[in-house]
Amino acid sequence: MGERFTIAIVGSGPGGLSAAARAAERGTSHVLLEAEPHLSNTIYRYQKGKYVMDEPAILPLRSPIPFAAGLRETILGAWDDATARLKVNVRHGHEVSAIQRRPDGVFDIRCGNGATFEADAVVLGIGLQGNLRKLGVAGEDLPFVQYQLDDPDAYEGETIVVVGAGDAAIENAIALAKQNNVVIVNRKDEFARAKKGNEQGILKAIEDGLIECYYNAAPERVEALSAGRKPGRMILTTEKGRAQILVDRVIARLGATAPRGFVEACGVTFPSKDPASVPAISAQYESNVPKLYIVGALGGYPLIKQAMNQGYEVVETICGDVVEPADAPLLKAKFASLQGFASLEQALGQIQRSVPVLSHITPLQMREFMLDSDIRTPADGEVIFTRNDYTNSFYSIVEGEARVAIEGQAAPVVLRRGEFFGEMSLISGRRRSATVTAGPNCVLVETPRRSMNRLIASVEAVKREIDRVFIVRAIQSRFAPEASVAQLAEMAEGATLKRYKAGDIVFQEGEVGDCLHLVRVGSLTISRNIGGRDVVLTYVAAGNYVGEMALMGESRRSASARAAIATETIRLDGDAFKRLLNRIPVLKLRLQKEYKDRTAANLAMQALPGGGDIISFLMAQGAGEATDILLIDESLCVRCDNCEKACAETHGGTSRLDREAGPTYADVHVPTSCRHCEHPHCMKDCPPDALRRAPNGEVFIADNCIGCGNCERNCPYGVIHMASKPPKKPGLLQWLLLGRGPGPGEAPYDPAVKKDGQAKKAVKCDMCKDQAGGAACVRACPTGAAIRISPEEFPAYAQSRR
Amino acid sequence: MHASFLTHARSRYLWIALALCVASITAYVWHDPGIAPNGGTWLGYTLGTIGALLIVWLMLFGVRKRSYASTLGSTLGWLSAHVYLGTALILIALLHSGFQFGWNLHTLALVLMLAVIFSGFFGVYAYLRYPTLMTRNRDSATRDAMLEEVAEIDQNALALADGIAPEIHAVVLRSIQNTRLGGGVWTQLRARDGSDLAIAKVRQAIAERATQSGGAGKPLQAGQTLVAMVDFLAGQTDDRQTEALRKLIDMLSRKRALATRVARDIQYQAVMEIWLYVHVPLSFSLLAALLGHIVVVFFYW
Repeated sequence: MGERFTIAIVGSGPGGLSAAARAAERGTSHVLLEAEPHLSNTIYRYQKGKYVMDEPAILPLRSPIPFAAGLRETILGAWDDATARLKVNVRHGHEVSAIQRRPDGVFDIRCGNGATFEADAVVLGIGLQGNLRKLGVAGEDLPFVQYQLDDPDAYEGETIVVVGAGDAAIENAIALAKQNNVVIVNRKDEFARAKKGNEQGILKAIEDGLIECYYNAAPERVEALSAGRKPGRMILTTEKGRAQILVDRVIARLGATAPRGFVEACGVTFPSKDPASVPAISAQYESNVPKLYIVGALGGYPLIKQAMNQGYEVVETICGDVVEPADAPLLKAKFASLQGFASLEQALGQIQRSVPVLSHITPLQMREFMLDSDIRTPADGEVIFTRNDYTNSFYSIVEGEARVAIEGQAAPVVLRRGEFFGEMSLISGRRRSATVTAGPNCVLVETPRRSMNRLIASVEAVKREIDRVFIVRAIQSRFAPEASVAQLAEMAEGATLKRYKAGDIVFQEGEVGDCLHLVRVGSLTISRNIGGRDVVLTYVAAGNYVGEMALMGESRRSASARAAIATETIRLDGDAFKRLLNRIPVLKLRLQKEYKDRTAANLAMQALPGGGDIISFLMAQGAGEATDILLIDESLCVRCDNCEKACAETHGGTSRLDREAGPTYADVHVPTSCRHCEHPHCMKDCPPDALRRAPNGEVFIADNCIGCGNCERNCPYGVIHMASKPPKKPGLLQWLLLGRGPGPGEAPYDPAVKKDGQAKKAVKCDMCKDQAGGAACVRACPTGAAIRISPEEFPAYAQSRR
Repeated sequence: MHASFLTHARSRYLWIALALCVASITAYVWHDPGIAPNGGTWLGYTLGTIGALLIVWLMLFGVRKRSYASTLGSTLGWLSAHVYLGTALILIALLHSGFQFGWNLHTLALVLMLAVIFSGFFGVYAYLRYPTLMTRNRDSATRDAMLEEVAEIDQNALALADGIAPEIHAVVLRSIQNTRLGGGVWTQLRARDGSDLAIAKVRQAIAERATQSGGAGKPLQAGQTLVAMVDFLAGQTDDRQTEALRKLIDMLSRKRALATRVARDIQYQAVMEIWLYVHVPLSFSLLAALLGHIVVVFFYW
C-alpha cells in the first residue's frame, strides 16, 4: 500500500491549501494532492493582473497563510512563500481518481499517475471548476497537446488545431488566427452551442478563410513526429474519410466534467438532482461519509476567505480540538436582540423547532442561513413591507404574529409562529402583493433571496412546503374576496405546477378549454391567428390568470397563450372552477366583468394594424422578463447622446447604457440597457451576493462586488461592464472659464489616467435609485425620445404608437 | 409614452407663450404714452426687462442641459419652454422697440436676437425631420457596423483584384484610398464619398484593358449599366476572370451603396448639430450686445 498520512487534502485551492498549511503548522502528518504543477489552479487561471477581492470584509481570516485583497500575482506569491515556509507536503501532478473508505475507517486514495495513499481523514477542496475534459484518444497527453490557453499572443506562425465548438474554443481559435494557421475541429455540423457573437465570429472567420474548419469530424489520434518540421500530427475521422494534419500544437477546449460524479463516487450524497445543489455537510464540514470533509465552493462556500477559514477549522476538528467557527461572533451578534439563549446552538435549534419549514435542513445549512439572514423584532404595528414594493426577501415567524392586508379584503389575514410570508415575490420576482405589518411580540427571520433560493434548490422538503403554501395563497389572493378558504380548498387540491420554456404553447386557439392558469413565474403573450398570421393581442404578467374565457363563455379557446420567457403556471382544474363560480355568484359577476374588459381590449388591439407587432418585437428582445425597460423613439431621438452622458455623469464616469446598439422596429429602439429582470440573470452566480434589488425594483450592484465578472457573463443583454473609477472632473464653471477639462458630458481626456492597477468592479444601471429625480437618461433627453416603461404598459404603449 | 418637445405636457409652454404674447399686445395697444411707442416708456421698460430676463433664462438652457443631476424640471420640459418662450421673444422685443430701427447697437442686438431665434427654428425643423430619415437610412445597422463592412469589402475586393491583374489591383487600391467618409464640415454636409469615383475608375480600367487586349467587341460606353458591362466583359476575357470581375463589380456596388448610406448618416447627424454652431455663438454675441444696449440706454439716454 502507499504512504500513510493522518490527513490527505485533495485540491490546493484556498480551502485545501489553508488546511494543509494548518496541518503543517501543527506538525500533523499530511499530504496535499494537486493535479496541476502549481497551487490553486482556479486563481492561477485568473487573467494576469486581476485584482482579487477579499469579501466578506466582516469575516476575520483564520489561516496560517496570508490573504488580503490584491493582485492575483501578489496573492499567489504570498501563498507560494507560505507553503514553502511552513514546509507543506504538497505533491503536484497527483490527480486523485478515486477515494475509498475501507471498513476499518482508513481511506484509500488512488491518483491518475498510479500513486496511492492511505489517510485517516480526507479533506476535499476540489472546487467546482472540475477537471478539464481531455481528447480521449491516443496521444492526449503529448506535450504539444494542451487544454487551456493563457495568452494567445504567445504563439506565432504555428499550425494549431483547436478542438471544440464552444465559446472557449471559438474565442481561442479567433485569437490565435491573428498570428497562426488555425484549424478548428467540430464534432457537429454547426456551432450551435456558442454565444451568438462567437458563432457569427467563427463563421465569418471560416468564410474569410482565416480559419479552416472540419465539421462532423472527431480526433482519432495524435502522434509525435521525430522527423520533419512539425512536432506532431493529428489524425481526424471525417465524413469523407480520414484526414491528417501536421501540427505544432493542439488545443482542446472540451469543457470540464463537473466534479459531482467524482464526489458521488466517493460515497458523498447530494440532496437533489438540481445542479446547483451542494452535498449536505455538518457544522464541522463533515459529509455523510465519516471523516470525509468538504471545504470551499464544492460545499457551497464560493468565497476565498470562507474556504480558507474552513480549511483551518477542519484540521482543528480532525486533530480533536474544538474550534469555534469564524462566523460564531457574527452569529452571536445577530442573536443579541433575543434574550434567554445560553448558547448559539440552542438559539439555532430553537428557531428550527419554531419554524417547520426550516426543520429539514442540516445544522451547517442553518448556520449559513442565519449568517445571511437577519433577526428582526418589529414593534406592534410596524410595516414590514408594503404592497407593490419590489423587495424579495423571505420571512419566517419565530415568535408572535404578523398581519397580511390583502387588497379588497376588510380583515387582515393573521399569520402565527411557525408560518412564513414573502414567498410570492421571492418566486415570481414581482412586486409584493400585500402589505404586512407586525403583530404583538413579533420576532422574524428575514432571509435574502439568494440564500432562500439556495435552500430551495438544495432541500427538496423546503421546496415542496413553499410550493404548497404558494399555490393556496395564490388562489386565495385571486379569488378570495368572494370565496372562503374552505370553498377554495377543492380547487387548491387539484392544482398542479406547470413549467414552460420560452415559446412553449400553454394552450392553443380553438382547443376545448378544460383549465385555467395562474401565472406564477414569467409571463405569457396572448395571440390570435388572423389571416394566417399570429397577431399578439396582449401580454400577461406573473400574478394574473389566463384561460378563464373558455370556462365562462365559449367552450373553445379564443386565443393562444404562449410563454414569453421561461414560465411556471399553476394549472387549475376547469370543472372545480366552474363549480366554484356556480356557487358564488358575486365572484362570477366580477370575473365576467374582467372577462368583458379583456375582450374589449383584445378587440381594440386586433383593430390596430401592426399594434401587436410592437409587442412581439419587444418580447423578442426579452422584454417579457423585464420590470422596467428603456425605449427610445427614433423618430424623436436626435442622437445627441445626452442620455449616455447623463448616465456617465451621474455614475462615476461610466455610462451603463449604449444608446446606439440594439434593434429597432417601427421607430421603437431597444438600446443596450438594463431591464431589471424579474429574475435577474446577473444575480445567478454572484459570490458575495452583491447584486441586489431595491424596493422600487432597481437591480443594482452593492459595494461588496469582487469584480469576478460572473454577472457580466450571465447577463444575456450585455448591460454589465467591468470598470474602474475615472478621476474626478472639474466643475462646470472651472471648465467653462478656466478651461479645466474634461467638461460635463465629455469623456476623461487622458485615458492613461484610467488605466492604473485599480480594481475593476462590475457596473450596471441602477435606475438612478440614488438620484433625487429618477432615471437620468430619461430626464436628460431633450426631445422626449427616451422613456422607461414596464411590460404591463406594453399594450397601451403599442396602441399609442399607432 | 413618448411626447416630443412640441407636445410635452399638452403643449403647456405653447399656451404660456401665447398668453404672454396676447398680454403684451393688449398692453401695447392699450398703452398711450403720448409719443411714439419706444423702450423708454414704462411699458417699454417692462417689456425690455421681460425680454432681457428671457434671454438670460433661455441661455441657461445650456447649463441645465449639462446639469445631469439637476432635479429642476426635466430637460424635455426646459427645451419645450425654450422653444415656445424663445419664439414669443420676437414679439416682445419688437414691441419693446416700438418698431424703431436704426443703424445702431440697439438694432444690432435685435438683429442678433432674430438670427439666434431663426437658427433655433432651423434646429426645430432638423429635430423633427432628420431622426426619422436617419433611422430609415440606417436600416437597423449601426454606423460602426456599416464602416466595418465597408472595410471588409475593401479588403476582399483588394484580394480579388490581386488575382485578376496588377492594374485592376492598383485601381481598386486607389479607389479605397480615395473613399473618404466624414471629414470637414463641408464634406459632412455634402454627403459625398469617393466611391462613385472608384467604380468609374474600375470601369475605366476594365475598358482600357479591353481595348488593349484588342477584343472583338465595341469599347465600353460610359454610363452603361453594370450588368451590361459584365455582359460586355464576358466577351472579352476568359471565364474565370470574368467571374472574378463580376464579383468585383458586385462588391464595389455593394460598397458604394454602403458608403453612400454612411455618408448620408454623417450628413444627417451633421445637420442636426451644425445649427448649434451658429445658434450658440450668436447667442453669446447677443448677450454681449444686450449688455451694451442696456449700458448705453442708461448712460446716454
